[in-house]
Amino acid sequence: MSRPRLRGTLTAVALLAIISWLVVYPLALVLLESVHTSRGWTLEYVRQFVGRSTEWRALWGSCWIAIASVGLSALIGVPLAVLVTRYEFPGRQALTGILALPAVLPPLVGVVAFLFLYGESGFLARTVQALLRLDAEPWRLEGAAAILLVHAYSMYVYFYLFTRAGLVSLDGSMLEAAASLGAGRWRTVRRIVLPALRPALAGGALLTAMTALASFSAPYVFGGGFRVMTTQIVSTRLNGETSLAMVETVSLTLLALLALLVFRGAERELGGSKGTPPAPTPIRRRWARRLLTLAAWSIAAVLLLPHLTLLVVSFVPVGTWTTEAIPPAWTLRNYATLVQDPVRVKPLLNSLWLASAATAAAVAISLLAGILVVRRRVPGRGALEALLALPWAVPGTVFAIAIATAFSVHAPLAGRIVLVGTVWILPLAYLVRNLPLTSRATLAGFRALDPSLDEAAASLGAGRWRTLWAVTVPLLRPSLVAGATLAFATALGDFVTSIVLYTYDTRPISLEILSSLRQADVGVAAAYGVVLMAVSATVFAVGGTRSGGGIG
Amino acid sequence: MRAFLEVNGLTKRFGSAVAVDQVSLTMTRGEILALLGPSGSGKTTTLRLLAGFEAPDSGSVAVDGLDVTRQPPVARRFGMVFQHYALFPHLDVGQNVAFGLESTGVKGTQLRQRVARALELVELAGFERRRVAHLSGGQQQRVALARAIAPEPRVLLLDEPLSNLDPVLRERTRRELYDLIHHIGITTVLVTHEQEEAFDLGDRVAVLRDGRLEQVGTPDELYARPANSFVAGFVGRASVLGGVVLEQGRSGTRVRVEGVEWGIATDGVGQRTLVTGQAIRVLVRPEALWMARPEPGTLGATVRERRFAGATSLFLVETDLGSILEVSGSGVAVKIGERVGLVPSRRAGAASGIHLFPVDVVT
Repeated sequence: MSRPRLRGTLTAVALLAIISWLVVYPLALVLLESVHTSRGWTLEYVRQFVGRSTEWRALWGSCWIAIASVGLSALIGVPLAVLVTRYEFPGRQALTGILALPAVLPPLVGVVAFLFLYGESGFLARTVQALLRLDAEPWRLEGAAAILLVHAYSMYVYFYLFTRAGLVSLDGSMLEAAASLGAGRWRTVRRIVLPALRPALAGGALLTAMTALASFSAPYVFGGGFRVMTTQIVSTRLNGETSLAMVETVSLTLLALLALLVFRGAERELGGSKGTPPAPTPIRRRWARRLLTLAAWSIAAVLLLPHLTLLVVSFVPVGTWTTEAIPPAWTLRNYATLVQDPVRVKPLLNSLWLASAATAAAVAISLLAGILVVRRRVPGRGALEALLALPWAVPGTVFAIAIATAFSVHAPLAGRIVLVGTVWILPLAYLVRNLPLTSRATLAGFRALDPSLDEAAASLGAGRWRTLWAVTVPLLRPSLVAGATLAFATALGDFVTSIVLYTYDTRPISLEILSSLRQADVGVAAAYGVVLMAVSATVFAVGGTRSGGGIG
Repeated sequence: MRAFLEVNGLTKRFGSAVAVDQVSLTMTRGEILALLGPSGSGKTTTLRLLAGFEAPDSGSVAVDGLDVTRQPPVARRFGMVFQHYALFPHLDVGQNVAFGLESTGVKGTQLRQRVARALELVELAGFERRRVAHLSGGQQQRVALARAIAPEPRVLLLDEPLSNLDPVLRERTRRELYDLIHHIGITTVLVTHEQEEAFDLGDRVAVLRDGRLEQVGTPDELYARPANSFVAGFVGRASVLGGVVLEQGRSGTRVRVEGVEWGIATDGVGQRTLVTGQAIRVLVRPEALWMARPEPGTLGATVRERRFAGATSLFLVETDLGSILEVSGSGVAVKIGERVGLVPSRRAGAASGIHLFPVDVVT
């Protein structure tokens, strides 16, 4: 074995070990501790789990909520994608972008915004109450229906994005070929368009199902008495039934893997003809065009309304907005509090540095993995890639519990050190959750990169480091930035992992939003939400121009 | 002259497949060698072994008397022009050309001057600030060349340097490339699958098949004295007939081909080993046969097709036994369907254009 090859293999082994320690080991410990306690092996907790009807209800709840979320999201997302790709109407371009917005907003912010708009004391409920002169609020936003509503609202975006991408990559001449062969519109849709879209639809369904299964914010805030497995795990753990929580965690993991298996099969690409996409059809009849434009923008307004409400609430003094449809007073106090009160500033700074550190580490690991997997083609590269992608398939709650389990015991020989309660636990948890996002983008970037560019640099006398910094990294910048942006925004708004692992000193924005809400500090909670949205949106905007600029 | 580049028994396997099999070559300083072969013949792998991008399973590469087999590409000082150029898209033309110079520590005014000089050589003076993506294919090819020669490498490697250009541009660029390489006098190895390109650019041509070196020689040698039927068929046009050796003389061989007797002057390496009565393959160049009247003693055939190829026409004729031959005939007035008698051309001197190979060599 030559020297560089040996060095590559050794680096790969080291990286594989670190990733296994961070990703696989905590999960293995959860599995172990679900059947093993300090008193030895036991199936006691598995028996408890199987025996309790609440557990089965929570599992079934997770299951049908996920399925219903897929259905509802498809129902909203697919027609919207068809609308913006197939028809030409005023403002089509702007709408195309606006509809993708929920993809970049943290789930908890969406949930809070929803609460302000559709909650029992929200804007809409108050308006209805005022209009109908009711004594009590007209509805309560609680239970499965509320969760589904939030899911449909935020997860349609997956179907929308996937279907849009699928439609855009559709070969227009295929449709013309079908028409020339005498196929009518419906036959074309059924026999040509739908089969071609199948991978895109499966991709959207997979992402929706996984997100819905892992969803925590919505069930936590709106669930009330209705439990899904994610909230069940956290509450069981709070009750001190640690081993039972482990069994629950294992059950949720299995459910997620099952969902992965079901949808993966349908996701395979068909390949085949690549051509120019069919152009959007202009609508000729004027009334139809107006109707369509109106409908499209109404949908956009409804989808954006929660976030607009959040923005409004952030400018309203606490307690002044009671029964009016429009707030009677405005203020900047909520934002002033965020910057002036040290206790309020802390979570902002916490989230920023936690997310930055986790993202930087994830990008560095992904870059190294890219070199090893794609360029050096080291042995074990398949395993390395699979491990990096694994946290994506495992719900955030599961990872939070796993990391909390692994790093709360001092046993250095077993690879366990106490990190829970220190400042390092959250960046570590965010890092693990970020790895799939950054590595997927980076590996794709590496694969699209012509390997002869590296060879050209070598033949021109550039060493390994100069090649990396002067050629590889600049060329990979779009992929690195894309991955980093997504990772940073996710970590910044994280709630699922944080709620299990945070300490008071490292409390991130999401937890401060929740505690502000609990203290009826609605304005401050909204202001936090707006800041979070603004930072995420800015990062995406900057990332978008950075990765878009320069080389094509 | 002393060998400058020495390749000895170079072998590379990918799994169980042997990509390069015991290739040995020597080149003098300033020589241009063309590696010619069909796709999959191992010519690009040979080039990559020379550059150091692949490590050989056995064999060695030496430059100027020093073994470089274990040296990484960075240390070899071999310039390379990649098939798709591999220009750095995030750098402009000047930065691309400067890249290799910077590795050797050239800085400041000197750097600018040498970049300018390299661009001048490829007739792109003043192109420093241009973006690579805004250049035409021909210009990109020249930037790649300028980038490779700017650090003054010891050996220049060209991987299918003209394959990405359109046919009109290719011919002109080939000439310019030849002039440039000769002008700077650099030892050059180029890979191509086009015989014309190899013959035009290479001082010598190495023909590869299935990773093995079939023959190395000047273009004239390869054409006039091909070592085997593969080389004969790969360089220039040739048709194949079956035959048998009647008599092996010192100055030539008498053979019977489809019922007629031909006397063939001795040329190729293969011919000398033939023995009387041996079954052979007869490779016939289009210019090696005459179309005469169909008289006894000539090979009877019928003209099937006429193809115009500039000044000379190429005729497809079918012998009475059903073999198809290409015969060139400038100014010959034969019609489609006409019967002719084929005889070996009298003009054939040293290069008779007819080559004899034992049947078992042919695969």
